[in-house]
Amino acid sequence: MIFTWNHPAPDGGSPSEELLVAFDRGRAARVLVCPAWFDEANKLRRFTIEVMRRLDAAGIDSLLPDLSGCNESLAPLENQTLAGWRAGMAAAGNALGATHVLAIRAGALVAPAVLPGWHYAAQTGPKLLRGMIRARTISAREAGMAETSDGLMAQGRASGLVLGGWPIGAAMFRELETAEPALAPGQTDIAQSMVGGPGLWLRAEPDEDAGQADRLAALIAESIGNSAA
Amino acid sequence: MTTIPNIDSAAGEAALDSELKALIADVLGLDPAQAAAFGPESGLFGHLPELDSMAVAGLLTEMEDRLGIVIEDDDVDGEMLETYGGLLAFARAKLDPR
Repeated sequence: MIFTWNHPAPDGGSPSEELLVAFDRGRAARVLVCPAWFDEANKLRRFTIEVMRRLDAAGIDSLLPDLSGCNESLAPLENQTLAGWRAGMAAAGNALGATHVLAIRAGALVAPAVLPGWHYAAQTGPKLLRGMIRARTISAREAGMAETSDGLMAQGRASGLVLGGWPIGAAMFRELETAEPALAPGQTDIAQSMVGGPGLWLRAEPDEDAGQADRLAALIAESIGNSAA
Repeated sequence: MTTIPNIDSAAGEAALDSELKALIADVLGLDPAQAAAFGPESGLFGHLPELDSMAVAGLLTEMEDRLGIVIEDDDVDGEMLETYGGLLAFARAKLDPR
């Protein structure tokens, strides 16, 4: 269930090896999963895998590659860019033979436009940054340091910023300031209200919810079944 | 999408109160009954172990989304976060800044 795939270098250099969690039984429907980012990635990891288990049980393959610079990746996170992550997900979709994409939260910002699929509770770049900047100003205030959102935004644009423990490079930071998820042809939004209950990314600690995983997987399986019929 | 009706009315005040309690329960993963029992003096920041700085950030961002308000750096102070009554008064003032 844990595999690797080779991420081609953007400049034509030697490819880097990245890890991938997959339920791969060579079936017709193969869903590329673009995971949530940063803090939300941790909070939603178990939920994401639980949805994949249910897709597996429904006869659907799913493929969850790491974003470069995250988890076990050897690439430094501060060197990553939004464009690079987009290219990486597109390359993963190609290399793994994906037929659909499930993008979760900010994962919608890097969902390959060539694949039909779903954006679950898509998050925008500005909101992602705002939440992380706010967490940093609040913890700075608790520590007796004066940091303002405006000052941190300027610093992030100029030289990058560590937010919630994640080093975000200046290029990524500037890209995120205007990044909005866009639905490509064949892609639809799945709002949290369709899955029911509060979104697990809101929680202070990682959690799980079998009912939510059931419903998200069912929506996807139903959608694939309808388009195949 | 939940909308907050005219908060001049008692019904509007009750709607804001229940919306804010539901929001706190969602963000902190509290039992809805625990949040529903909050009174004006119920302690929040420094009293609920779930409410660390990351959770405060999530709470404020969710308040912005669900209540349609903008919360500035300078708005965030100890008084606003210390009790449920303080947070409710803050939300009310943001929605009706007269």
